[in-house]
Amino acid sequence: MQAADLLALKPAGLYCAAGDFYIDPVRSVERALITHAHSDHARPGHGKVLATADTLAIMAIRYGDGFAGSTQPIDYRESLRIDAVDVSFHPAGHVLGSAQIRVADAKKIAVVSGDYKRESDPTCAPFEPLACDCFVSEATFGLPVFRHSNAKAEIEKLLGSLRLFPERTHLVGAYTLGKAQRLIALLRAAGYERPIYMHGALERVTDYYARRGVVLGELRKVAGRADLAGEIVLCPPAALGDLWSRKFAEPLPVFASGWMRVRARARQGGVELPLVISDHADWDGLCATIAETGCSKLLVTHGAADALVHYFKTRGLDAEPLHIKGYGEDEAPEETSA
Amino acid sequence: MNRFAALLDRLQRDPSRLGKLRLMRDYFRDVPDPDRGFGLAALTGALSFRHAKPGLIKALIGERVDPVLFALSYDYVGDLSETAALLWPANPGGAAEHPPTLTEVVHALAETGKVELPRVLAEFLDGLDETGRWALLKLITGAMRIGASARLAKQAVAELGGKGVNEIEDLWHALKPPYLELFAWLEGRKPRPLIDDPAPFFAAMLAHALEEDDLARLSPADFRAEWKWDGIRVQAAVGEGRNGAKIVRLFSRTGEDVSAAFPDLVEMLAALPYRAFSLDGELLIRRDGLVQSFGVLQQRLNRKRVSATLLGDYPAHLRAYDLLACDGADLRALPYLERRRRLEAFVGGAGASRLDLSPQIDFKSWDWLAAARRDPATAGAGVDAAAIEGVMLKRADSIYVPGRPKGLWYKWKRDPFSIDAVLMYAQRGHGKRSSFYSDFTFGVWQAGEAGDELVPVGKAYFGFTDAELKQLDRYVRDNTMNRFGPVREIEHGKDAGLVLEIAFDGLNLSSRHKSGVAMRFPRINRIRWDKPAREADRLETLEIFLKK
Ligand SMILES: [Zn+2]
Ligand SMILES: [Zn+2]
Repeated sequence: MQAADLLALKPAGLYCAAGDFYIDPVRSVERALITHAHSDHARPGHGKVLATADTLAIMAIRYGDGFAGSTQPIDYRESLRIDAVDVSFHPAGHVLGSAQIRVADAKKIAVVSGDYKRESDPTCAPFEPLACDCFVSEATFGLPVFRHSNAKAEIEKLLGSLRLFPERTHLVGAYTLGKAQRLIALLRAAGYERPIYMHGALERVTDYYARRGVVLGELRKVAGRADLAGEIVLCPPAALGDLWSRKFAEPLPVFASGWMRVRARARQGGVELPLVISDHADWDGLCATIAETGCSKLLVTHGAADALVHYFKTRGLDAEPLHIKGYGEDEAPEETSA
Repeated sequence: MNRFAALLDRLQRDPSRLGKLRLMRDYFRDVPDPDRGFGLAALTGALSFRHAKPGLIKALIGERVDPVLFALSYDYVGDLSETAALLWPANPGGAAEHPPTLTEVVHALAETGKVELPRVLAEFLDGLDETGRWALLKLITGAMRIGASARLAKQAVAELGGKGVNEIEDLWHALKPPYLELFAWLEGRKPRPLIDDPAPFFAAMLAHALEEDDLARLSPADFRAEWKWDGIRVQAAVGEGRNGAKIVRLFSRTGEDVSAAFPDLVEMLAALPYRAFSLDGELLIRRDGLVQSFGVLQQRLNRKRVSATLLGDYPAHLRAYDLLACDGADLRALPYLERRRRLEAFVGGAGASRLDLSPQIDFKSWDWLAAARRDPATAGAGVDAAAIEGVMLKRADSIYVPGRPKGLWYKWKRDPFSIDAVLMYAQRGHGKRSSFYSDFTFGVWQAGEAGDELVPVGKAYFGFTDAELKQLDRYVRDNTMNRFGPVREIEHGKDAGLVLEIAFDGLNLSSRHKSGVAMRFPRINRIRWDKPAREADRLETLEIFLKK
């Protein structure tokens, strides 16, 4: 892969020779630029890390203060010269602090999307379209069966189920960083005013969101034996099926994820109420965004690359998949996002 | 249609039997005739749409979606109806104001000819939301496996009128969608519908699989044993029509009329010296007095056309084990021993070479029977041993109960064979497992030109738990060497590869397989994470099983 000269694929990940740095490397490197704090993109143990202040703060919450040799915060749209290239970070609309990274020399512009979405989200800055020659796009939901641009309607399903089953605790599986906080904000925007209960694993990141001014209302930690019939309890997806979930009144497993569009996925996890809510762009969002960049070269990461590569090849782009082992493929493990 | 779609959607997600029953009961209570009747027909598999084949759905979606994008999506989703429902372009004006009812859909599809069907179906799809489209496509392709059996649907209907499910079963084959008279009876508006069928199907009585610890609780004296024949379970019904003509029907276990495929048996049954009767038994192929293995029967079943040569080469035979009715009398309420006595007299007086009696095994103890099950040939089965897959235990006093009643009949299958094989290829599954790699091709070692090599011997897609499936899926993704369309080649060799313990019920010679053998009913018994690939079994081991 010659990523339009500015970027190259190395075993540790996407590398910029002109600036001697990696973007979201999957192994420890000397100098890393990090798009956002999800664990498949942001790993501990690098020498120097450049990222937005929110991303650095969330990494410190998850990994501890010494997660890198040194860190440097950068504001959105602030331009920084690194050796022979200019680097800037721009909102990606994915989670708090998430950024696309723009790398430019005198001749060419490359943009690495990280993870992104186009749907509005009250918990983070909206995606900013950038023009470029080479666009490295994620494709977590890179198939036309994925459409999930109506989070509000999905939240209504949850509220409807609460009215229908007031005797059951609605246990909502949501990824720890981003999805959980967005669900809370969406519930508040829909007029839900009761306290929302949380699994301990969600606490610290959610606290951080609240400190950063995201309106989340009254949150309570689940403590000891709980009944909580008719209440909403948020937890990491893995907790839905484990012993912890049994202490509630007739728990009704809910899962909020883009994967819930596919029945087999929902059934596999024993989910009774699937909510199709995602922090990634859906198929239409991916296609519109890629077209909007005006790029002539497209590189696709994150598993389901084949459909996007095909679609844009038929539209005259130079498109190819970029296999980076270790990025959340379609399993979406607990710590990553969907 | 939307109410029915919502029912299907909920049914496939509610894990509990009680929950499913409640959902269906509510549906039958709340939805008016004739919609609910067609809903019942759909849930029990009683509807079929001649022209609506998967090919039609592929063609319709092909006009609307890029073929490569469709293929990739289908590979991911794993279910044609669901893929098409998700990909179908959304109606720009939103869902229709008056979405079609189930009755409208059923009538329109039944009345529409092949040429007009694509247009009619497309209009319906445009008028529905995603769940509606999914349900409609499931309905017309007859792929209604939604986690609720036909039996459970009948149970829900029965509960609507406070009846037992067997009362519904007894009536079932005399009823037709949309079952107006059935619902009228259940709601107390009309008397029980009359059955006026001279050769009816009686819902079959089925056996439970014997568990290891069952034997400790059971007394040999209470039971009679028979061989479990490896053919297909059938019911032969003969009766007299209004004009005095003999009516002969051969039903499958589920009540499907399979008479057309077995004219040789129908002819035999028609010639028996009895006016009316109903026999339960096993359909086998018998050549020169020898019962053939299931593999041979399979070859006859595979042929679409029943030719004279086929009838000559694969002569069908009925081995009877129960008499359910004779000359107008329903015998099902009699104990097994009494039915057996009458069956013996019946077969004895029949004088037909294509009909005989499934013999009883004279046994004294469970240990003796266990030995007989391992080696039927020396325990009295003689030359027919090849067509035996275990033994059946029937309580001497058991009446004939439709369905699978507890404690009356047991099947005690022969222990399966097992080998250790190496995973070679994987493909995504369908249905519930569609987004996981769950179809596994495995191989064993054989001598090749350049030393030992793996030769594929079979494919398994079950036997593992959900947790093991996740591990296998992970393993496949991490160890893919090549991709051929949807198939992934997994690293395999003497020093790399995953060993799977494969259990199977039997082995046939096969010219279609490179290895020369084909397994029956292979499944993954265990994942041998511990075992090096070089220690997996060799083809010669399989060939030994072949001789058994
Ligand atoms: Zn992410
Ligand atoms: Zn990611």
